[in-house]
Amino acid sequence: MAPAEATRRVAANPIRALGRSTLAAIRSVGAVAVFAVRGVATALTPPWFPGQIWRQFGAIGFFSLPVVGLTAVFTGAALALNIFTGGGRFNAEQVMPQIVALGITRELGPVLAALMLAGRVSAAIAAEIGAMRATEQIDAMRTLSTDPFRYLVGPRLLAGVLMLPLLTAVADTIGVAGGWLVATRVLAFNPTVYIRNTLDFLQAWDVVSGLIKASVFGFIVALMGCYHGYNASGGARGVGRATTHAVVSSAILIFASDYLLTTVFTHAAR
Amino acid sequence: MTDATPKLAWKGVTKSFEGRRVLDGLDLSVAPGKSLVIIGGSGQGKSVTIKTALGLMRPEAGQIELDGKTVVGLSEGARRKLFSRIGVLFQGAALFDSLTIWENVAFRLLNADGVSRKDARERAIEALDQVRLAPAVADRYPSELSGGMQKRAGLARAVVARPEILFFDEPTTGLDPITAAAINQLISDQVRRLGSTAVSITHDLASAQTIGDEIAMLHNGKIIWRGPAAELTTTDNPYARQFVDGRADGPIAHTV
Repeated sequence: MAPAEATRRVAANPIRALGRSTLAAIRSVGAVAVFAVRGVATALTPPWFPGQIWRQFGAIGFFSLPVVGLTAVFTGAALALNIFTGGGRFNAEQVMPQIVALGITRELGPVLAALMLAGRVSAAIAAEIGAMRATEQIDAMRTLSTDPFRYLVGPRLLAGVLMLPLLTAVADTIGVAGGWLVATRVLAFNPTVYIRNTLDFLQAWDVVSGLIKASVFGFIVALMGCYHGYNASGGARGVGRATTHAVVSSAILIFASDYLLTTVFTHAAR
Repeated sequence: MTDATPKLAWKGVTKSFEGRRVLDGLDLSVAPGKSLVIIGGSGQGKSVTIKTALGLMRPEAGQIELDGKTVVGLSEGARRKLFSRIGVLFQGAALFDSLTIWENVAFRLLNADGVSRKDARERAIEALDQVRLAPAVADRYPSELSGGMQKRAGLARAVVARPEILFFDEPTTGLDPITAAAINQLISDQVRRLGSTAVSITHDLASAQTIGDEIAMLHNGKIIWRGPAAELTTTDNPYARQFVDGRADGPIAHTV
């Protein structure tokens, strides 16, 4: 439909347009759910493709280390400065290490690692699978008696769920180190005391809850990439659209599920 | 048509896209060991005909039978088993670009049949030899090959497991006439060597006559002419005549 035509239609009957887009939204939620269930089922049952799984561990996990590490170090450093300033307003500068550690492990580590993965991995998955769809490689795979879901989707979902927590653990460490760097070099904190304060204060659950979040985010990132790529249509333009949708929907779902999970964890802790 | 059960038959197959009927009660069959070529203009449902037979698209009405047994609506597992008897050469070759040529050719052997990598590689190189590609090509990636070489590799992938039925989707599209002639010759050699049944779609008449025993012309979702390959140039069917002569005026309306 041409944009002008679409505008005219919406203007002519806003209620009908609203109904149409609501139905479309419900339909795509259903389609994503069916896709997710099928993806999980193929990821958890044999036959597996170890070569593919290994490859995705590398592509999604290992090669995301630089970008996740850089994000974490700068965020940790900036966070330390901000909390120091904020804490200074009621003479609480000295709790800065604890707050930085808490903020990184519970929230910023998993969320930032996931967002970087949404940009880096979700887009790459959508583009690769979308291009395979456009050039009939997915059809070809089926005619070669191989289920594309098992070969393409399952390994990526597994890699997302397992690799993002590992990346997050790295991001937590580097993020705290970023805070430590600023604290000791710029703000004259004692290096040993900073580390001891951080370690004494942090509870296992602070870190574990962040890693659980990361696992959910990893699933979202891989799922959105696979779903939009697998359903891409319309050649190069379709692949471009799939990539955009994958990144945008991953990011939004990451934030939404972050709030949800944080709520659940907070209630559970009480 | 003989009384024997055809290898593959479309019976009243109908398929529409967004209200446009692309296949309109298509009836077509191929006898075992014969090579059928479907010709027709762009957008007349040639690709859809093959895709319904492969189960990549599901028809709204009608049946598709392989050896007299229906294949519409099979479960994923049953279809996977069925595909072990089928080889397909896709229009753009559809090679997996993250895999080397030999891994492409041996894809079925490695991922579905559980053949060891060493044996699969040997069989892949054998198949590459059948389509006159040197063993040195085996370790290269699809993007490093010319269009004609990619088609050859695609053909090797289609024949490596000695299928009973081969499908060729526009095998010569995008190739120069000399390369196209070489591909046609290879296809017809391979079909004869394996004794397979073959179904091809093309709008290239030279290709149709080289690889086909029989030719069927598809127009508006139906077969409007069918006959031995040699008769294509002598028939007085007005649709076939217009297509063969390549005229813009005639019974086939110019809708491009």
